[in-house]
Amino acid sequence: MSTLQIAIYVIVLIPAATCLGEHLARVYAGERTFLGPVLGCLERGLLRILGVPASEELTWKDYGRALLLFNLVCFVVVYALQRLQQLLPWNPLGFGPVAPDSAFNTAVSFATNTNWQGYGGESTLSYATQMLALTVQNFVSAATGMAVLVALTRGFARRGATTIGSFWVDLVRSVVHVLLPLSLVLAIALVARGVVQTLDGPARVELLDPQAGVDGVLITEQTIPLGPAASQVAIKQLGTNGGGFYAANSAHPLENPDPISNFLQALSILWIPAALCITFGALVRDRRQGYALLAAMLAVLVPCMLLVEVFESAGTPALIAAGAGLESDPGMTGGNLEGKEVRFGVAQSAIWVVATTAASNGSVNCMHDSLTPLGGLVPMVLMQIGEVIFGGVGSGLYGMLVFAIVTVFLCGLMVGRTPEYLGKKIGAFEMKMASLAILGPCLATLGGAAFASALDAGRVGVQDPGAHGFSEILYAFSSAGNNNGSAFGGLAADTPFYNVTLGVAMLIARYLPIVAVLALAGSLARKTAVPVGPGTLPTHTPLFVLLLLGTVLLVGALTFVPALALGPIADHLQTCSR
Amino acid sequence: MLKDLRISILAVALFTLLTGLGYPLLVTGIAELAFPRQAGGNLVVVDGRTRGSMLVGQSWSGDRWFHGRPPATGKRPYDARASGGSNLGPASPQLTADILERAAALRTGRIAGPLPVELLTASGSGLDPHVTPDGARFQIERVARARGLPRERVASLVEAQVEGRALGLLGEPRVNVLALNLALEQLR
Repeated sequence: MSTLQIAIYVIVLIPAATCLGEHLARVYAGERTFLGPVLGCLERGLLRILGVPASEELTWKDYGRALLLFNLVCFVVVYALQRLQQLLPWNPLGFGPVAPDSAFNTAVSFATNTNWQGYGGESTLSYATQMLALTVQNFVSAATGMAVLVALTRGFARRGATTIGSFWVDLVRSVVHVLLPLSLVLAIALVARGVVQTLDGPARVELLDPQAGVDGVLITEQTIPLGPAASQVAIKQLGTNGGGFYAANSAHPLENPDPISNFLQALSILWIPAALCITFGALVRDRRQGYALLAAMLAVLVPCMLLVEVFESAGTPALIAAGAGLESDPGMTGGNLEGKEVRFGVAQSAIWVVATTAASNGSVNCMHDSLTPLGGLVPMVLMQIGEVIFGGVGSGLYGMLVFAIVTVFLCGLMVGRTPEYLGKKIGAFEMKMASLAILGPCLATLGGAAFASALDAGRVGVQDPGAHGFSEILYAFSSAGNNNGSAFGGLAADTPFYNVTLGVAMLIARYLPIVAVLALAGSLARKTAVPVGPGTLPTHTPLFVLLLLGTVLLVGALTFVPALALGPIADHLQTCSR
Repeated sequence: MLKDLRISILAVALFTLLTGLGYPLLVTGIAELAFPRQAGGNLVVVDGRTRGSMLVGQSWSGDRWFHGRPPATGKRPYDARASGGSNLGPASPQLTADILERAAALRTGRIAGPLPVELLTASGSGLDPHVTPDGARFQIERVARARGLPRERVASLVEAQVEGRALGLLGEPRVNVLALNLALEQLR
């Protein structure tokens, strides 16, 4: 049954991605689309107010400057809204200002499309902050990633050009034609399944069975925070953001009430990243290139889902010692259900764990810290290999294209030919930029984890003893250092130390690759095309898919195996020997 | 530079109006018209008193009620203002002790047979409203005895509350504990 659920997920994903991908290609080429007349008006209106002509063309430096300034303004606004939320309306629980270090972390987190959450939504943020600060960033940070991808695509598609498009046009198109309409439909579907969407204050419930809490006080009432959750949940999934309305994220029954809402949300996590592969193929006028990239991503995704399902179904030594029912016992669910919801069970949890870390989404429907050590190793590795297996909207594919450039370079070295990709010669400058884009996140991850492990301020946040404690730190920096945002939640990360260090890791992981990729786009656009010859390595074949995966996994393994041995692998050996 | 800054500020303002205000308010409006019960949290009102959300679990004590997942929300069990799981790793001594303690409590008056795993483990949200059908069946004997009801009557109540997989394929079979306990109260 579990394997069937994984199969259904993949079978629905592929055609959904293909349809959306073709649509996106028409959007970015400026062609007519089926919602075009309505959305086109909105697009033109926004661009007119911004004072940007739809035909604007920028060099990569101007494109990058516009992008960075826009992101800086976003950061400032999110920071300010958190610090001033007590003065604004829509604050039914009367929350005060967020602490400066936490506000910094959250502002960086949402501007960089990471959505690492050091805070608990229902206990910290007003409705105004959730909507005006966080929901907006969910849209524009995702659109920023898509814009960079489209710019890089133009770099491949153009010949001898000095410009790579307009950041403003790409940004507006991504929001207006893609993210906004899809979110609207998904949000309504989620409300129909039971995700809350209201501006009313919390519901107060009289309990049928009043009882004394741990502190001895009689509890007669349950206060249930409500709020505009569905609108945020829809874009948090579609934009690979992942920041939940509630602290428990999509494990919370008001954020993800049943298996249907779960399936829709899990599908939305990979929908746009998968579709962009198809879009890329269409825009470079060779669809096979897009299918090859999608195949490479699926070839990692599916085995990972199956692995997590196997590891989690096996249960844990503690559960087996306590006489818990196993999957083989009649009627029993079995498996490791600590941190998992009954309605999702092992299968829907395994699908989500892999989808959310393959993409740089980071929302969770079960608690990753309570996964079995090997079940937790899989999401950690998916983040560490650079969030290129689907990855963030836009950012995942431009990350994968950087790996494709490295792959043709390695192959070129082997046969002694100048490497080329999609007809563009790969020279020293391209390789330098590709290396920067790959090594920046690696540095943020390992450097940050080493720094935190070495200092008392870092170690004091750890919850579990032993190797699992190190896993908590390693996971945190793998997540922030690749803009994922999920966590091993046992780590007490809402401290000035972690808020600042993780914030810096997120900044490096986001903007170093973006600048490198835009430079790459500018340099590629200037080049003329090399005609395909007998020595050209075709990049749409199964052989190239294997070479590409080999490169991704090799770089990941060489960088992270020592750290993984100290964390989840040692944890596994300790757990088994108990 | 200044031109970019001006466009940036304008763009943030426009997107805030469009995606931060227009979009959530539009969704709220449609939701309240089309799905008022769901948008408001699926609240259950019995005799004019709000007794819970069908989606949010509650804490149940004593033998007269069906119990849900063990608590995980800090000082108060099932505190909806502090959702979250235990976040304990599988090798954690704390978690091992918790599981053994829960197992011992479940074993009281019952020696043999496997224990439903969800009654030994805390959920991810700390607010899981469900148990598995077997987790509910496991408790029939105790509840029937405490309430002085015939076993079969309680058993048929449980079976009536079993929800299957969505479309027969997705998720897991389950029983909503609040719905079951409300139905139990109706028996009197």
